[in-house]
Amino acid sequence: MSQPLLKLDHATIRFGGLTAVSKFSLEVQPCELIGLIGPNGAGKTTAFNMITGVYQPTEGHIHLNGKSIAGVKPHALTREGIARTFQNIRLFGSLSVLDNVRAAMQLHCKHGVRAALWRGANFRKLEGDVESRAIELLEIFKLGDLKDEEAKSLPYGDQRKLEIVRALATRPKLLLLDEPAAGMNPTEKEELMHLIRFIKDKFQIAVMLVEHDMTVVMGICERIAVLEYGIKIAEGTPEQIQRDPKVIAAYLGTETEKEEPADA
Amino acid sequence: MSSTLNPSSTVGAKRWLIAGIALAVVVSMFSAQFNRYHLGIIIDIGINIILAVSLNLINGHTGQFSLGHAGFMAVGGYTAAKISLVASPLLPPALQPVIFLFALLAGGGLAALTGLGVGVPSLRLRGDYLAIVTLGFGEIIRVIVQNMESVGAASGLKGIPKFTTLGWTFSLAAVTIYFVTALVNSTYGRGFIAVSDDEVAASSMGINPVRYKVTAFVTGAFFAGIAGGLYAHHKQFLSPTGFDFLKSIDIVVMVILGGMGRTAGVVVAAIVLTLLPEVLRQFSEYRMIIYSLLIIVLMMARPQGLFTWNRKKGGAA
Repeated sequence: MSQPLLKLDHATIRFGGLTAVSKFSLEVQPCELIGLIGPNGAGKTTAFNMITGVYQPTEGHIHLNGKSIAGVKPHALTREGIARTFQNIRLFGSLSVLDNVRAAMQLHCKHGVRAALWRGANFRKLEGDVESRAIELLEIFKLGDLKDEEAKSLPYGDQRKLEIVRALATRPKLLLLDEPAAGMNPTEKEELMHLIRFIKDKFQIAVMLVEHDMTVVMGICERIAVLEYGIKIAEGTPEQIQRDPKVIAAYLGTETEKEEPADA
Repeated sequence: MSSTLNPSSTVGAKRWLIAGIALAVVVSMFSAQFNRYHLGIIIDIGINIILAVSLNLINGHTGQFSLGHAGFMAVGGYTAAKISLVASPLLPPALQPVIFLFALLAGGGLAALTGLGVGVPSLRLRGDYLAIVTLGFGEIIRVIVQNMESVGAASGLKGIPKFTTLGWTFSLAAVTIYFVTALVNSTYGRGFIAVSDDEVAASSMGINPVRYKVTAFVTGAFFAGIAGGLYAHHKQFLSPTGFDFLKSIDIVVMVILGGMGRTAGVVVAAIVLTLLPEVLRQFSEYRMIIYSLLIIVLMMARPQGLFTWNRKKGGAA
């Protein structure tokens, strides 16, 4: 098998006496669609925060393309190819839709402070390129018409979409989506599933999502990992996960509880 | 800053800069025609524009609350004044403008270095902490100057040559406005506003928040230092009490009243707030009371800034 894009090796994180994630091992292959599920408080978002460099694992290792990411700051990890969205939308509210995408593109811009101050012909050309690439990206997701709107004035669904577009503008190899379906109605969820599959195929990137909505997770993920109390209790295809007794127990309670006589 | 930047509209920016400097120099040639009192106020306005526009980069665009601008102004002012006092008698009159330019740049440079020293450790902190650190820094500078015999200590530094003219002041004000506007209106510059809007999101988009904050802080400090140099060679006298905490607050008020992050508004606010105390001079002892009341009323009536029109009221988000 080829080298995994992301490899978690017994990654553990403790906050004081609480072990939020314990010995979590997982491999993500390039261009794979993988889901991370688990009951509330299972440590899914914490796992995301370890992968994106927000938290450092207390024990264990995380490797991206074979390189350890220990001590690498979030902004530097984005450069290495990890991008994310947030559970509670975090757009640059006062910037326009276009400028949200543009801000995410600056990490691949070769022109910086000096060019901005000198404003030569080259600067104009490069800024023009950035703008047309940003518009192109927005148009793929049908946000092109809204490019001059203030980001915080967009409807909820479009804000979620813009967050994904902004993450894609950093040209990631791995895109982490933290509960992308939260607060969406069934039609929007359906659209989202198409969108995620489309992103994976069009941009040829790996997508990892944390999600509570089982229709979405089971519908699109090729592989699923399940966390409970910070421990990975199962990993496999959606079919395997749906049949796994441990997973069923984690979500619905154990057999014994279910069989307790209700008729007394 | 919700407007989308348009590269083609910013092309002419350099032309505006040159036009601004040319206008300042030409008007300056007729300085003798002005009443000396009026000329003094006009130069005060120019200096305050530099201070307010540069602080706007830190407090407005980048969203970091700094209260240390008077401190940086003092560093620049004293450095520049000392250089002119030493170098001016040694060199022929033809070289005086060169000395002045050098003194201003040295003052700005030292202020920027000080900004780097204060900024690197304190900009890792968020929100109110920075305000407290910069407030303390400003006071430290004032106390140091108060005890430095070589710059006149508490009795002040006298006899600074009168180098500051209307042309110098407004040319440098034009440079400051150009610098800040050009910096922010670029793909690179959107990073400042991104950091201000959401630091966590910015860092996950590959933007290094600490770096942007330090850049804004050092740039702001540099121009505050330049303004300090102009001030020194305008008043020809420097005293530590001129750079106290209240001076920093004055500049912060200009930025807030102008609308955080809106350069044009901040320039207008700098003009209005420089003129206001002068206009109120006829009310003698009630002057500062009226001034303070006006500011309170303005803040209550237009918290989003006096000159902010295009932001929707309330905001539905």
